[in-house]
Amino acid sequence: MPISLEKIGFKTLKLKIMGPLIPNDIIPFEWNSIIAIVIGIFFGFILEASGFSSSRKLAGVFYGYDFAVLKVFFTAAIVSLIGLLYMDYLGYVDMSRLYVHPTYLWGAIIGGAVMGIGFVTGGFCPGTSLCAVAIGKIDAIVNVIGIMIGIFIFSELFTFFEPIYNGYFQGNITLMDSLDVNPYWFVFILTVVAILMFAASDLIRKRVKKVFY
Amino acid sequence: MKDTKEQNRHIYWNPYFGGFLLGILIIITFYITGRGLGASGAMKSSVVTIVDDVSHEHAEQSAYYSKFVSDDKSPMNNWIVFETLGVLIGAFISGGLAGRIGWRVQHSPKITRRRRLIFALIGGVLFGVGAQIARGCTSGAALSGMAVLSTGGFITMLAIFGTGYLFAYFFRKNWI
Repeated sequence: MPISLEKIGFKTLKLKIMGPLIPNDIIPFEWNSIIAIVIGIFFGFILEASGFSSSRKLAGVFYGYDFAVLKVFFTAAIVSLIGLLYMDYLGYVDMSRLYVHPTYLWGAIIGGAVMGIGFVTGGFCPGTSLCAVAIGKIDAIVNVIGIMIGIFIFSELFTFFEPIYNGYFQGNITLMDSLDVNPYWFVFILTVVAILMFAASDLIRKRVKKVFY
Repeated sequence: MKDTKEQNRHIYWNPYFGGFLLGILIIITFYITGRGLGASGAMKSSVVTIVDDVSHEHAEQSAYYSKFVSDDKSPMNNWIVFETLGVLIGAFISGGLAGRIGWRVQHSPKITRRRRLIFALIGGVLFGVGAQIARGCTSGAALSGMAVLSTGGFITMLAIFGTGYLFAYFFRKNWI
């Protein structure tokens, strides 16, 4: 019978660096702002290089002449989901210590709906309009001013919005809590759905009149 | 026309490549900071700062601004504000390398410049209000939420794209 080291008193040495690094004090907090700028640079570069500084490319997802938004967005979501689940499984990151966006049921639905109308009206979302501002798009500058006006309106009328903003709070829940699904199966199915969507989007694009911009 | 067609196909990255790198960046961001990416947060900090500068009393009394105003720290001293500065730099580098920098209003040839700017403003206002109600925009709530399987993130994502498709018909003249 093999003798385990632990049974004879040795503690197995763990050399794994457990993420998240800053909340776990592995990287000192002072580095926070520098890391923020570096991550931002990569974020801006990737968005701009993928064509997200063009409102006409972004709006294409709603009219079927360009599905870049759908492809970039869902590829990113699936890559990050699979990556984080693997890192959690292998013990490199503690998923329970990651910040989970809180669920305020009607806030998410109504806020999302208002953003959806804003997206198809303005052709930008905040991250992409910032990228377009950086390369000099005047419509994006106007869009960012609009976003700031929108935030100002919300803040001034906060008492009116407060019931949906603070109401229907369900905690920082995940789909495992609300749907009682196994995360691995869920991600697997989501990946299959995304691949089918990508294939369908290519078929749709072939049938839709081309738009040049 | 043939030139434009060539351009449309080649000037930007392959979307799967861009999406893959973005996914890796989200993993790195969560691994280092424990949080996701964001964009509208910096604009909220800017609005809070402007209001606070114009009338400190008003900002203190308001139930919403007062959450973000403190005496010892500027609302601009915030992770998301630094990240957004990075976004501007990164997008400028990418646009510069590809030769896309220049003052222009991009719009469909079927609509006027003026109409495009008016709709860009209205769209921005709606996005600003919506992002506050949902506590985050496409990056902060939908994308970063989905990466950790947040229920709210998935609902926001479905609501944004679902409503976008529902209302796309009414705005078709602006785009196609």
